[in-house]
Amino acid sequence: MNAAPARMKVVDDRPLLSVKGLKKHFAMSKPLLNRLIEGGETQTVKAVDGLDLEIPRGQTLSLVGESGCGKSTVARLIMGLSTPSAGSILFDGADISQAPAGQPAAVRRRMQMIFQDPYASLNPRWRVRDIIAEPLRTYGLCASREEERREVDRLLEFVGLNSRDGDKFPHEFSGGQRQRISIARAISTKPEFLVCDEPTSALDVSVQAQILNLMRDMQRELGLTYLFISHDLAVVNFMSDWIGVMYLGRLVEVSPAAQLFNSPQHPYTRLLLDTIPDLGMSKRDCVPASGEVPNPINPPSGCHFHPRCALANDRCRRETPNLRAHDNGVRVSCHAVEEGRGDLPAVASAGNDHAAQAVI
Amino acid sequence: MALLEVENLKVEFPTRKGVLTAVDNVSFSVEQGEILGVVGESGAGKSMTGAAVIGLLEPPGRIGGGQIRLDGKRIDNLSPDEMRKVRGRHIGAIFQDPLTSLNPLFTVGKQLIETIRTHLPMPAAEARKRAIEWLAEVGIPAPDRRIDQYPHQFSGGMRQRVVIALALCAEPRLIIADEPTTALDVSVQAQIIALLKRVCRERNAAAILVTHDMGVIAETADRVAVMYAGRLAEIGPVARVLQKPSHPYTAGLMGSIPRIGPRPDRLVQIEGSMPRLTDIPKGCAFNPRCPKAIAECHHLRPELRPVADGAAACLLYEGVTQ
Repeated sequence: MNAAPARMKVVDDRPLLSVKGLKKHFAMSKPLLNRLIEGGETQTVKAVDGLDLEIPRGQTLSLVGESGCGKSTVARLIMGLSTPSAGSILFDGADISQAPAGQPAAVRRRMQMIFQDPYASLNPRWRVRDIIAEPLRTYGLCASREEERREVDRLLEFVGLNSRDGDKFPHEFSGGQRQRISIARAISTKPEFLVCDEPTSALDVSVQAQILNLMRDMQRELGLTYLFISHDLAVVNFMSDWIGVMYLGRLVEVSPAAQLFNSPQHPYTRLLLDTIPDLGMSKRDCVPASGEVPNPINPPSGCHFHPRCALANDRCRRETPNLRAHDNGVRVSCHAVEEGRGDLPAVASAGNDHAAQAVI
Repeated sequence: MALLEVENLKVEFPTRKGVLTAVDNVSFSVEQGEILGVVGESGAGKSMTGAAVIGLLEPPGRIGGGQIRLDGKRIDNLSPDEMRKVRGRHIGAIFQDPLTSLNPLFTVGKQLIETIRTHLPMPAAEARKRAIEWLAEVGIPAPDRRIDQYPHQFSGGMRQRVVIALALCAEPRLIIADEPTTALDVSVQAQIIALLKRVCRERNAAAILVTHDMGVIAETADRVAVMYAGRLAEIGPVARVLQKPSHPYTAGLMGSIPRIGPRPDRLVQIEGSMPRLTDIPKGCAFNPRCPKAIAECHHLRPELRPVADGAAACLLYEGVTQ
């Protein structure tokens, strides 16, 4: 199937996407007049606070983290759905960080997005055929109606639907089928890069398996590069070449996928791995780590993770760690790992106090 | 005698196009102190089963047949007033979204004290003391201060802890937990599961844990019931069902779950999706998706029969293989 132009197998080891110092701060202050009368300071949420990452061509980088860690904001920034406060986003060498969504067209055509909720991301009043053809029309990729029709039929079959399904409306499809329609729309412009924001978290497991298999097949056949966003580490394990772990707007660890699961470095990564329910039932009675993600409006000083970390010391409370390169392409942002304090145990058993304060 | 016995339970929804059967001929029992996991994909009827047991089916849903017995006494035919006394006192409930289970206008203390005093006669001061003990029990720091706060002042995980305290404070012997961790982050989910297990064990309370997450079942339940299209596909001890499933649906489900460890090239895939209630296939409901289906599966409906140390509803175990 030729859904993409036959790509030359030239070895190109420049990353397709490269993000440097990316920041997005949202203002949360009361209105100026209220501040003058009632007092109070300006407040910002640092949703994304200095993010550096690169995605090599044809590979998948996944961002994982709990809710509020900024992973979806990163997706929106890359797609141009919101504008970064600072930093650069280079796509194939071109800086697109300040360009609005859809601009410049030549670059944006090459990147598309799959959204989480297939019930919200398809217009219920449009026929499936029009939904899939919309990007083709926007970028003027089909010379005639006839060509467009053939192209939509081909896309429908490519994602495992029937070309007759094009005349139906979204409500006639199940969640998994709708996600297939989203995928057909996303690949209609023959993009090289897909941002997938929790594409299967609204689906049942048996359907999730179908969609994940489809996405892996697509990557192989079309040579796609993915930025994959998920909170499910097992899904991420299946999809990724690289994994970035985020905590409160910062990357705490970026590693090759196998490396991350075999020898997680950052204490938060270890915590996340420990919380995965185990189908082999080998750790039924282990004691889970305590504490919750603090409020991002007023995050802890220094390393954001220190209140929940058993390895924390004064330096962690004072000084923000930076991502440092280690062996095997692993990058970790942790003073303890850097100083060799990083041996077990990693996670504090008494971090409740901070979590309790944080939400008040 | 088992604490809870459900026999041939049927839950129906009358619609203009006829009566839909959301739960079809489901039987199981829960022993004292046991945690039964009920697992299935959306639309399998697992929440309906839980709602029927606790008498909270949303109209027009109704119990269309069968019996539910708590301690040998029928509770499926009680009047709403009688059922209200059973609920809370004998059966507690924990729902998915802690924000909708708590009244935002009252402090958590007021809600706890009201629940305690409704079911256990005692003076207000003593009930307040008991409420503080419960908040401490479920792991809320500084309970004597937090008791006078409102639900919005708690984080998601802490709120779910309050809901668990609320479900347990009248000391029921059975808890229905419907997706208690689905709305929570993974690290908090592990805490809530551990808490639920500990409190059940310490109070010798039984629980029905309804969830779509096999991982949660693996870590929590003693036995598991797998539902498909309103019917029970398989029931048995959790370790055996997860590791050596009898029913082809359970086997497919287990294979389709991505796991940590060496990554496979593809996940096992069950083609298609669960049928809608309006067009459940004849015979075995799973037959269009089943890799092992034989001719009989298309017209004979399998009964739940003892298989290994559990039971499965599959013709492969009824000797009609050839």
